[in-house]
Amino acid sequence: MTTTDQQWFDICNIDDILPSMGRCALFNEQQVAIFRVVDQSGKEQFFAIDNFCPFSESNTLSRGLTGSITDKIVVASPLYKQHFDLTTGICLEDESVSVNTYPVRLNGSTVQLAA
Amino acid sequence: MSPKIKLVVIGNGPVGHNFLEYLVETGKADEYQVTVFGEEPLPAYDRVHLTSWFKNQSVDDINMVSEGFYPSNNFTLHSGDKVTKIDRFKRVVTSEAGLEVSYDKIILATGSFPFVPPVPGHDRDNVFVYRTIDDLEKITAAAKTGKVGAVIGGGLLGLEAAKALMDLDLKTHVIEFAPRLMAVQVDDGGGNMLCKKIQDLGVSVHTQKNTQNIGDGDTAFHKMSFADGQELETDIIVFSAGIRPRDELARQTGLGMGARGGVVINNNCLTSDNDIYAIGEVALWDNKIYGLIAPGNAMAKAAVDHLTETGTSEFAGADMSTKLKLMGVDVASIGDAHGTTPNSRSYTYVNDREEVYKKIVVSEDDKYLLGAVLIGDAAEYGSLLQFMLNKMELPSEPEGLILPSLDGSSSGIGVDALPDSAVLCSCMNVSKADVINAVEAGATDMAAIKSCTKAATGCGGCTALVTQVLNCELEKQGVEVNTDLCEHFAYTRQDLYNIIRVEQIKSFEELLEKHGTGLGCDICKPTTANILASCWNDHVLDSNLQGLQDTNDYFMGNMQKDGTYSVVPRVPGGEITADKLIVLGEVAKKYKLYTKITGGQRVDLFGARSEQLPDIWRELVDAGFETGHAYGKSLRTVKSCVGSTWCRYGVQDSMALSILLENRYKGLRSPHKLKMAVSGCTRECAEAQSKDVGIIATENGWNMYVCGNGGMKPRHADLFASDLTDVELIKYIDRFYMFYVRTADRLQRTSVWMDNMEGGLEYLKSVIIDDKLGLAAELEQEMSTVVDTYQCEWKTTIEDPEKMKRFSHFVNSKLHDENVIFTTEREQIRPALTSERTSETA
Repeated sequence: MTTTDQQWFDICNIDDILPSMGRCALFNEQQVAIFRVVDQSGKEQFFAIDNFCPFSESNTLSRGLTGSITDKIVVASPLYKQHFDLTTGICLEDESVSVNTYPVRLNGSTVQLAA
Repeated sequence: MSPKIKLVVIGNGPVGHNFLEYLVETGKADEYQVTVFGEEPLPAYDRVHLTSWFKNQSVDDINMVSEGFYPSNNFTLHSGDKVTKIDRFKRVVTSEAGLEVSYDKIILATGSFPFVPPVPGHDRDNVFVYRTIDDLEKITAAAKTGKVGAVIGGGLLGLEAAKALMDLDLKTHVIEFAPRLMAVQVDDGGGNMLCKKIQDLGVSVHTQKNTQNIGDGDTAFHKMSFADGQELETDIIVFSAGIRPRDELARQTGLGMGARGGVVINNNCLTSDNDIYAIGEVALWDNKIYGLIAPGNAMAKAAVDHLTETGTSEFAGADMSTKLKLMGVDVASIGDAHGTTPNSRSYTYVNDREEVYKKIVVSEDDKYLLGAVLIGDAAEYGSLLQFMLNKMELPSEPEGLILPSLDGSSSGIGVDALPDSAVLCSCMNVSKADVINAVEAGATDMAAIKSCTKAATGCGGCTALVTQVLNCELEKQGVEVNTDLCEHFAYTRQDLYNIIRVEQIKSFEELLEKHGTGLGCDICKPTTANILASCWNDHVLDSNLQGLQDTNDYFMGNMQKDGTYSVVPRVPGGEITADKLIVLGEVAKKYKLYTKITGGQRVDLFGARSEQLPDIWRELVDAGFETGHAYGKSLRTVKSCVGSTWCRYGVQDSMALSILLENRYKGLRSPHKLKMAVSGCTRECAEAQSKDVGIIATENGWNMYVCGNGGMKPRHADLFASDLTDVELIKYIDRFYMFYVRTADRLQRTSVWMDNMEGGLEYLKSVIIDDKLGLAAELEQEMSTVVDTYQCEWKTTIEDPEKMKRFSHFVNSKLHDENVIFTTEREQIRPALTSERTSETA
């Protein structure tokens, strides 16, 4: 996903997102949910997906709980509890439903998104 | 359509009513024009549970007729009018009130009447029988002025009556002609043990007493004189000396009768007239009258099957085995309890310390069980009954069936060996096949089995057996009974609770590292947060807890369908000053919130965006409000009536108690939400019997009810303890809640928790009241820690600038979510529908 010619935009400081949680960012007039999760190997990772939950049609995914289902890192929709794979955006309960994913990285102590 | 068959049902007791229920079940009820006559003024009620009328003195508790049953089935019911004549030639019945109804078929279900021996003085005032609500009302009225009561007859019903007299605070005597109590069902050894246990409860038992005269007393209203020269003074006498069939109508009609009464019936319950059936206690089958409800129901079913030709069941006699609790004492009798079968052998176990008596009667070759008597502990009733009913071969040393096993293992029956036809629950007539079918249809726990088969919902004696069958079937069908919380923890919620307590674990990371795998999920994280809160009660947004909270707990509000939250301040007991009401109104107006008064007697404010929550709560906290925990798995409200302060009927200050309780238990995190209510008198305006813990005032204190539930599966709460003082009440609630917090599954309400608990209510009483597990002090201590560490979560949050930051919708903008759009309805906001969104503004 991440290519060298991408332009990165500063979103927030790493401390604005608490460990294992998500926050919503306004980026290109889009609501993007950014998650900060320590993976199974102990490495801290960032994920970005749509904040819009297609099941409840509300901007709520950043407020879901993160975790793992088998080997996938997921967020659970806070309203109806469907799980979305944070890496692919695919819904585990219904693979025909997915949300967009976005390139995200930590640059120093700054969280950045790319278009 | 052919003309309807004219069916007249004479008698509206339990069996007559069950006949009609069965008739409706066939789906052919509309082929009949049904007329029902009942001598009593009330429609059918459950005589078996007559004693429970005393609890609330309300017919509702024992009413058998669901609302609208008669009119909706087009059955005509004449209550308070009895049939006095059947004209078999004109085919017309005549009632006392003069009604004449023609018939094609008659169901005779006139029941029985209590036998009163012709002792001189039996017709004096304050001499009663124990059969109808009318009798109970008379006994209650007489008890108000009396001090002593005597029951003549120490059989099953006599002991029930004795319990009623005891509950009316009378010094109670039981007078029995035979040398022991319950002479029909139990043997000498069992009768002696029963006598001992009942005397322990304060009832004086007099056996081998033949009452010869009842006259004026010196110190009480009556003096009873016995054949042995002894005398007893008592204010009230209740006869319970057996029953006789109400067969005068049948006799006068000329139907075939038994030598000592009763209408002779065949296996289809037909009398000597092919158009007249007789069922219940008026009917004589094989020269026997059956004085129990189960055989009566079997007759009703046989009669319906024959009449409507929809089934083939016949009445072929009934097993009279019985298990019951008399004044808290377990009593069971199976088959040939007296060992009268020629050459039978018996084995007896007597434990004087625990006051337990057990006997089994087996065939000469030790192979088959013929009968049994169990007093004081009837745990083996279910499996022994199965051995007898199914003629299953006994283990080589049958005495093992009633001996206590020293290694704790159960020597009962192998449920797999039971035939599918075996009736597991005789109260509700549920067979092993019924349970298997329920499991195949998806039932995986006892609560589900109870709800779809009704098994174990009568006397409950079969609970252990049905549970064994359930588990055995689940295993056989390859359903792995997986009680793991989720894929990250191979433990139940109860296991995790114990681990966290014992190892003093304070964070999810520590728990996951020591006992789990993976990253956790939306099941185990909130569950752990909940247990940590029950144990250590730290703030929900503490740094090591915040990431575990479900969004509702994280934002301390309930997320609504559009992502906004509700704001629900606590209003203890529903009592609120005008000034505080004004604050609620002002806040709602200022932030344009939707307001609604709830069933929990408080006000919900809807439509707050996350970034508005801190400002809203600051205003509420400044005005003296606290969080209402409407979002948590925790205590919601303690609903109350105004009680004795204002109400002319109130007998206690329900208002003060409800406020005290709400303030005590607010903030307790539990496996599911908790609801309570306090009513100031027996009229029960606060609906306490639909709550997890409900309290109803009595003249002497408080009655405590537990495990009630509204919602999807309503359940009336059970009476747990009576006439408690404030101190006792709080002690029991402390223990009850902490025991629930310790042992329930995730999201398991108290009602389901108790339904799945082996031993149910009685077991719960033994733990909470009798402290059987020696846990009481510990549970109270744990509750006291929770109470002492209470903090208003919102107050603490708004005092911490770091915690306030996280409520903004965007991490990088002050804008708010433009997808949250309201429209107006009935002068208030509501979320806009998709179709309304384009034209509305935020």
